Amino acid sequence: MRWRTFSLRVDVRVLVVLTTLAFATLVVFTLSVARGEFPIAPVDVLATLVGAGDHATNFIVLDLRLPRALTAVLAGGALGIAGAIFQDLARNPLVAPDVIGITSGASLAAITVIVFGDANGGLSVPLAALGGALVAGVVLYALAWRGGVQGYRLVLVGIGVAALLTAGINYVLTRGQVYEIAQAYVWLVGSLNGRGWEQVWPLTATLALLLPAGLVLGRQLEVLQLGDDVARALGVRVERARLALLAVAIVLTGVAVSAAGPIAFVAFIAPHIARRASATVSPSGVLPVAAASGALLVLGSDLAGRLLFAPTEIPVGIVTAIVAAPYFLYLLRRANRLGITG
Amino acid sequence: MSDEPLLQAVALTLAYDERAVVRDLDLVVPRGLITAVVGANGCGKSTLLRALARLMRPRAGCVLLDGRSIAELSTREVAKRLGILPQSPLAPDGLAVEDLVARGRYPHQTLFRHWSPDDEAAVEAALAATQTTDLRRRPLDELSGGQRQRAWIAMTLAQQTEILLLDEPTTFLDLAHQIEVLDLLADLVADHGRTVVMVLHDVNQACRYADHVVAMRDGAIHAAGAPGDVVDAALVQDVFGLEARVIEDPTTGTPLCLPTGRRARHLQRSVS
Repeated sequence: MRWRTFSLRVDVRVLVVLTTLAFATLVVFTLSVARGEFPIAPVDVLATLVGAGDHATNFIVLDLRLPRALTAVLAGGALGIAGAIFQDLARNPLVAPDVIGITSGASLAAITVIVFGDANGGLSVPLAALGGALVAGVVLYALAWRGGVQGYRLVLVGIGVAALLTAGINYVLTRGQVYEIAQAYVWLVGSLNGRGWEQVWPLTATLALLLPAGLVLGRQLEVLQLGDDVARALGVRVERARLALLAVAIVLTGVAVSAAGPIAFVAFIAPHIARRASATVSPSGVLPVAAASGALLVLGSDLAGRLLFAPTEIPVGIVTAIVAAPYFLYLLRRANRLGITG
Repeated sequence: MSDEPLLQAVALTLAYDERAVVRDLDLVVPRGLITAVVGANGCGKSTLLRALARLMRPRAGCVLLDGRSIAELSTREVAKRLGILPQSPLAPDGLAVEDLVARGRYPHQTLFRHWSPDDEAAVEAALAATQTTDLRRRPLDELSGGQRQRAWIAMTLAQQTEILLLDEPTTFLDLAHQIEVLDLLADLVADHGRTVVMVLHDVNQACRYADHVVAMRDGAIHAAGAPGDVVDAALVQDVFGLEARVIEDPTTGTPLCLPTGRRARHLQRSVS
């Protein structure tokens, strides 16, 4: 069922879903900041946020939990949008930045710095991850180019690039010392442990720039869904639009992974949740809902990972995999039945 | 020349990689009429249509829209004047008919003006013209072939272009739906003064619905003109390599092609 106020062409269902997700995210966000080894009453959380907290709550809320929760929301949102763009460009609902090598590029660069470099704090690992994602993206685009970049070539070339990079990751892991390899593994799983404001600011800045760009380009993505010929016939400069969309998706993936590590399945699953919840395949609806679903998924998974077996903490990447894998299998079953084309 | 042709190809050579598909072709599309392009598989008719729509760059020669080279116009300018429906267009699973049709408005929209009353009126008119209003909320992949084709035509109509190019709009449709689609196109030309160019497989349908038939062979135009002047047994032999009798269509008086074929020869009886 779907209702449209046609004059504005706003999908009411998309608005309802977005509002619901925003509300749920707010609740989980508050819980995330309040709960933990030192529970803080929601009232005190609020007090702290407006600057009326004591020394201890100031430290726990403002320095530890708030930036961590914000990183979860921002990285999850970025991954959600990036995943939706990749799936539409590749015309394949099973595609994600993890599948086509973008995440592997980030991972290889990050663990290379962890294992061989001087990775004691600072920004060297996040910067390496971002750089790795961008380089992998450029390589992918260059290799897939053949008078234009067709979706299926993007997938095939991407799988090849990912395989090569994974070999590189394994090589690095066999060369390091035990302590560094343990660190590398933690990074590879995707964790929000110890994330601070130094992760929040770059994410916020990038998203402030790329979210509007993504939504504007979403209109062209909508037309690109109809194939290159129809898109061109409708007045879209196909290659330029595709390059811009790919760039946005790659950078979003890069900043998200650089802040939180390659959190499994989020970029893949968030767009599917968005399409089902909002009952549309139009990017104008799917992109914002995928962002909201991704944010809630990462935030909720991180909270669950912190609380379920406290004081032992489960990295967020493991929780998202546990949550998303059954859904993935369900989708595969469904895709086999319907055919996964288009 | 006092009156520039609406759409025209001049010395057009088209190639995929090194293989020339269309060679040195000249074509004038008559304004406000239906032009049908016929020919054997692989004769270059779909390629010609794509070039007319600026979907491929000519190796040599050019396509002129109102006397201006189409290559020099912006993608958007072309999109406002000329719409094309490829042979098997793609759509994501679950796309609703009205969402598809609304996308036809893309060339008329700007960054800050997404959805105007004009857009809405164009979409409603396109749905009504193709009798898809009742299907508007149905996903495209759940429709029958004929319904889906009508939805795609509605999308092209919503674009509100003077010129409409269609690549085999009747393929995959049963006979009733083929006639329905062709009647719809004929109405568009008669009532709204649109110019239609379509690639057709069926010579008889081309003769019935087109004002102007372009018969292609090996990447060149073999003959072009009114169906009655152009389509005869010799043309069918030359273009399709097929022996046939061409008689007068008892309903319309247009040429009607009856392929002979081995089976027919076998069954042949004496005709006075």
